[in-house]
Amino acid sequence: MNDKNKTGIVSFVSGPVVKAENMGGFAVREVVYVGRQKLTGEIINIENDEATIQIYEDSSGLTTGEQVMGSGEAVSVEIGPGLLGSFFDGIGRPLDKLLQLHGKYIMPGTTVSMLDKEKLWDVTPVAKEGDTISGGSVLATVQETPLLLHKIMAPPDAEGKLTWVAPAGNHAGKETIARYINTAGKEIEIPMIQRWPVRTARPYAKRLLPDKPFITGQRVIDCLFPMAKGGTACVPGGFGTGKTVTQHQLAKWGDAQVVIYIGCGERGNEMTDVLEQFPVLEDPHSGRPLMERTILIANTSNMPVAAREASIYTGITLGEYFRDMGYDVAIMADSTSRWAEALRELSGRLEEIPAEEGFPAYLPSRLAEFYERAGRVLTLNGSTGSITVIGAVSPPGGDFTEPVTRHTKRFIRCFWELDRNLANARHYPAISWTDSYSEYADELSSWFCENIDPRWTEIRTQARAILAADVKIQQIINLVGEDVLPDDQRLTSFVAHLIKNGFLQQNSFTSDSCCSPEKTFRILDTVLHFYNEAMKLVKIGVPVSVVKDNEAVSELVRLRETTDSNPSACDELKERLTAHLRRIETEYTKETGADSDA
Amino acid sequence: MLKTEYIGVKNIEGPFILVENVSGAGCGELVEIIDSDGKTRHGQVKTVGKNAILVQVFNGTGRLVPKTTSVRFLGRPLEVTLSENMLGRTFNGLGEPRDGLGTIYGGKKVDINGLPLNPTARQYPKNCIHTGISAIDTLTSLIRGQKLPIFSGNGLPHNQLAVQIATQSEISGDEQFAVVFAGIGIKHDDAAFFTRELAAKGDSSNIVTFLNLADEPVIERIATPRMALTTAEYLAYELGMHVLVIMTDITNYCEALRELGSAAGEVPSRKGYPAYLYSDLASLYERAGIVRGSAGSITQLPILSMPNDDITHPIPDLTGYITEGQITLSRELDSKNIYPPIGVLTSLSRLMKDSIGEGYTRKDHPSVSSQLFASYSRAREIRSLAEVVGEDELSADDRKLLQFGELFENKFLAQGKRETRSIDESLDTAWEILKTLPKTELTRVSAQEIEEHAKG
Repeated sequence: MNDKNKTGIVSFVSGPVVKAENMGGFAVREVVYVGRQKLTGEIINIENDEATIQIYEDSSGLTTGEQVMGSGEAVSVEIGPGLLGSFFDGIGRPLDKLLQLHGKYIMPGTTVSMLDKEKLWDVTPVAKEGDTISGGSVLATVQETPLLLHKIMAPPDAEGKLTWVAPAGNHAGKETIARYINTAGKEIEIPMIQRWPVRTARPYAKRLLPDKPFITGQRVIDCLFPMAKGGTACVPGGFGTGKTVTQHQLAKWGDAQVVIYIGCGERGNEMTDVLEQFPVLEDPHSGRPLMERTILIANTSNMPVAAREASIYTGITLGEYFRDMGYDVAIMADSTSRWAEALRELSGRLEEIPAEEGFPAYLPSRLAEFYERAGRVLTLNGSTGSITVIGAVSPPGGDFTEPVTRHTKRFIRCFWELDRNLANARHYPAISWTDSYSEYADELSSWFCENIDPRWTEIRTQARAILAADVKIQQIINLVGEDVLPDDQRLTSFVAHLIKNGFLQQNSFTSDSCCSPEKTFRILDTVLHFYNEAMKLVKIGVPVSVVKDNEAVSELVRLRETTDSNPSACDELKERLTAHLRRIETEYTKETGADSDA
Repeated sequence: MLKTEYIGVKNIEGPFILVENVSGAGCGELVEIIDSDGKTRHGQVKTVGKNAILVQVFNGTGRLVPKTTSVRFLGRPLEVTLSENMLGRTFNGLGEPRDGLGTIYGGKKVDINGLPLNPTARQYPKNCIHTGISAIDTLTSLIRGQKLPIFSGNGLPHNQLAVQIATQSEISGDEQFAVVFAGIGIKHDDAAFFTRELAAKGDSSNIVTFLNLADEPVIERIATPRMALTTAEYLAYELGMHVLVIMTDITNYCEALRELGSAAGEVPSRKGYPAYLYSDLASLYERAGIVRGSAGSITQLPILSMPNDDITHPIPDLTGYITEGQITLSRELDSKNIYPPIGVLTSLSRLMKDSIGEGYTRKDHPSVSSQLFASYSRAREIRSLAEVVGEDELSADDRKLLQFGELFENKFLAQGKRETRSIDESLDTAWEILKTLPKTELTRVSAQEIEEHAKG
């Protein structure tokens, strides 16, 4: 940006906001180090000679007259081998190294490099001397974890002819991986570990349609409100409705090659939970520990607020880097409300004019910038990669009309609303089947019909219809009681109960935690088989109580467990149900001797 | 840092004084203010400008004369003196003894603000604290290292419940247990109740008390919980004790923050509370936990009276987003004379999932608690339906559920103020009442568990 050896003088301190004078030579968004403790900060604006700086660390003890040093660079992350399995704070400092250096507390004024530059990696060159390269060209590969082949790429602005490529063998992270002569005839080195400013989206060649599903293993999502690779979703819910558990479930079972989990302003123990669980849990697709495909970023609620604002950019930039290698990346941001509140807190301290509920007027455009960095794309090197973003929203008082939820809804296409009443009844995942939606459902239906079962769309539609009819029936029941309902409505209500308790509900602590689309189909198909066959009987006058009265019917709610140990459980139950219903039919027609032609 | 004394201040407004031409004072630094009578009070640096420094005065600015007031910057933050001798003692909101037993000497001084704990240093809490209260042990287990607030309302027996938890909580084996009590802006009567009850049932030499009473300076309320938590960290991480921190009342703390925020002319957020209310509360609640490699733990039991019983009010709302669940007290149950009046459906313990079941409590615990939640929730639905259509219109199954609701409240929830129930007793009572339900309702327990526990 400009020369590094310039200094400013602190003139005002108020919590994380600092003003400094003599700052004419600095750039907006430049990282600076403030005071004797060298606290990391970022320049927000510069007026005349005075800059406003947000400090990423606790500013206690900072006073006027202390020095401000420049870094010549915007807030950036290091990208290269060693990212997977790591745990960073909001501005990319590795928390395990901080622990080794300073003990259990995070001390202000610490700079640690994000990646271990001395660590050796077994490099396999892909390109060779004389090759013409452009942005994104793969130069070499490193098997970073057994799950992921890390591709070392030329920076997006590179163009020219390779003059040298590192030979196969062990190389340290700090080493140069290749050299090339650019179009201006200048020789440029490409290091193994590169840097990228977090607030700038990494370029790609072309956006693709999101027509591949992002399978989550959660029946209510995969069946009713499916997500696409490269899609955006938000999970809004008041406290205790299970946002974090839902996010953890998606991080565990979502079918992505790289998962980035951003704990933004949330609880320390939750991050510890992930940290203790993920190395032990197995990826359902490869059987390897989940940690080998995961990057954690945490700014817990008691860590400095300015770094919270930066944390989601840190996360999505790392995501883009893996997307550029041609991988499917999933990003969980928990919670974007805390990020918005950090924005509000800083905006308040900067004395900006507030818009709704004290949030700055630029909140919607910041949200849009973030969610639009998701997508399925053709990368610069011609491969296909995607970033799927799932953001949790914590609306104050569970009120979904508040600004963050409302604006987020404008920029996402999948809305998984968590319902307080479901959560209170411990129905998890507490995703409401009445107020949630997925705009991807139509785009994805052909994939499900081709790959899972041709009747996928059919049973999904019917299940939704039954649930919708049940909402109306429940209203009537609440007014006049169940006894006065006609039998067909009672059957619908009974089957809705089966769908809710035996299908939509999913226990995240049993083997049912992750459910394949095939199993999803099987369970729902069996329940609906019962519904359709039973409805025929009810239509000819068989009472619902008779139809319901069989061991096989009560087994429908347990199908999600029994089908795990016995894959043919669904088919067996289907047969028993059919037999049960046939029996009633015969008895009934015999009794009435009526119009049936039997 | 120089301890220069500055004589005369420019402005006095509310709890703030503005001092000009000061150099070298840092944000958050402790300040001594000496009035014209030579009496000293304390304050803290709020913002540092080029020419002027804004100081927040702890004991209020009453009787200060701008011209004669002198100010001394101490070059250190607000500290508490920590030592083993604190056990059994009572202090005020600034950490000064208020029990007349004299100053504590020889301890080490520590900044009360603490530092954020590195998440990698934490250990995930997994040990249940057995409180002897059925509703808590079975449905919202309290875990060592958890922060579990009691959401209550004025007039509900939250103090009684907090005392019962503190005195009945069992710690296995020979581990050391201590209670740190922080009374934030509480009434004299409440303070007396806690002192009396805790001392009567527990060993008073295991209790450290910090009191800031309702008529004492508002600004000390900000320091009180931090004093208590810093002490708790010392007892837990250095002396290896298991510490239960009771903080009451968080609402008073937040009111104090709002009062000071508006005095400082800050841009308010929801309901006039400062925009940093979330971060500020987090800086208290997140100090609960267990640190890898240290013997002790800090469990927090903050008590919060919800303004107008409104759980969506910013104070309970933001608290709920930080704490690991909540125990809510229900006015409806209280008016039915059920003690403890725990509204189980709105209560939650987030850490419970990994700490119950086989190897922790009892194998059937997870499914029993899930079944109780589901059935009681259903019973409540039917109860409101019965109010509309009358009990006679209900189906036989629904009548059974209705009856279950009554049994649940009177047999399972209700228990004596000094009654301790073991986890086996609680779970057996649960099965006793679950047995009365039709089999189709028991969807959350396995067929095998029904066979084992609910025969006949």
